[in-house]
Amino acid sequence: MAKRAAPEVNAGSMADIAFLLLIFFLVTTTIETDSGISRKLPPPQLEDVEPPVLKEKNIFVVELNRNNDLLVEETPMELKDLRKAAIAFLDNGGGQGDDACRYCQGAKDPSSSDNPDKAVISLRNNRETTYATYIAVQNELVAAYTELRNREAQRRFGKSFVQMEKDLKDVNYSGSKENLKEQIKTIQALYPEKLSEAEPKK
Amino acid sequence: MSKFKKKKSGELPAISTASLPDIVFMLLFFFMVATTMRENTLLIENRLPTADQVEKLDKKDLVMYIYAGKPSARYRSTAGTQAKIQLNDKFADVSEIKPFILAERAAKREELIPFLTTALKVDGDTNMGLVGDIKKELREVQALKINYTTRTGSAMDNLK
Repeated sequence: MAKRAAPEVNAGSMADIAFLLLIFFLVTTTIETDSGISRKLPPPQLEDVEPPVLKEKNIFVVELNRNNDLLVEETPMELKDLRKAAIAFLDNGGGQGDDACRYCQGAKDPSSSDNPDKAVISLRNNRETTYATYIAVQNELVAAYTELRNREAQRRFGKSFVQMEKDLKDVNYSGSKENLKEQIKTIQALYPEKLSEAEPKK
Repeated sequence: MSKFKKKKSGELPAISTASLPDIVFMLLFFFMVATTMRENTLLIENRLPTADQVEKLDKKDLVMYIYAGKPSARYRSTAGTQAKIQLNDKFADVSEIKPFILAERAAKREELIPFLTTALKVDGDTNMGLVGDIKKELREVQALKINYTTRTGSAMDNLK
């Protein structure tokens, strides 16, 4: 039997395939950008300024000890319960008269915070606390504020706070950005982030 | 001259290599696009913690990086095992943060200075004492915008 040579593979379209792949990867790869929790540090304290007096019930004390244990209002707590506890505190709205909070949906417990504007979360950590735990706690506290802001934005403007912030950055956003900025400011004023960090204990 | 020319033996014909340059170019382009240039060589371990309430840091030219963590294995003999700060390409002391920030500021245009952010890339195992010291220094030079750089993921993973 005569041996037949295998026909040569036509390689003319290889370049097309290559370009197709190239374009696919061009479109789908994203160059990695860093992301993280943005915070603002308080400006340096002048020596002679008296710290403002706050009512005990308006302070939510979160403490991390050297063994990475979480203490909330002097009772031990699991990290997963922190978000809920922070929301319950911020959204309590137990104030009377001028301090009353009309938009709060909390328990209105008179022994907890008056309104979100007065409520302060105080975070204190030990020098031996690990950074990862600290970030986890920060994350939960920021999440508590975000959740409340989302809820309020949804109620007033029909979309979440996160979505509003995203729209503000979006170049293709169709609505008025001035309005949006106002709305974001309103929500931020309703639930201001008051997170104070005490000097770490030795 | 034989009339019956022997047919070529059963060898396979050579595969055309004309498209090889295309493939090579494709790979080249791919890597050109997908690589990020590392600005600093890390001298420390840098396993960032995870968080989900994150914001993107998009304007890279307005970010100053401060790294901290335990020296990586090959530097341990010279730098010790305690967590250290790294600025640019070398280990630094806490007191060197201020001059570093001031130098970075001086290199930027004046109108951009209020928008400068300090990204803290700190290893998850570092003690808060060191981070607290860094933050104290930053407050003193009025570099108040900071960003704790993290990986995205559930915050609960940090406790494992």
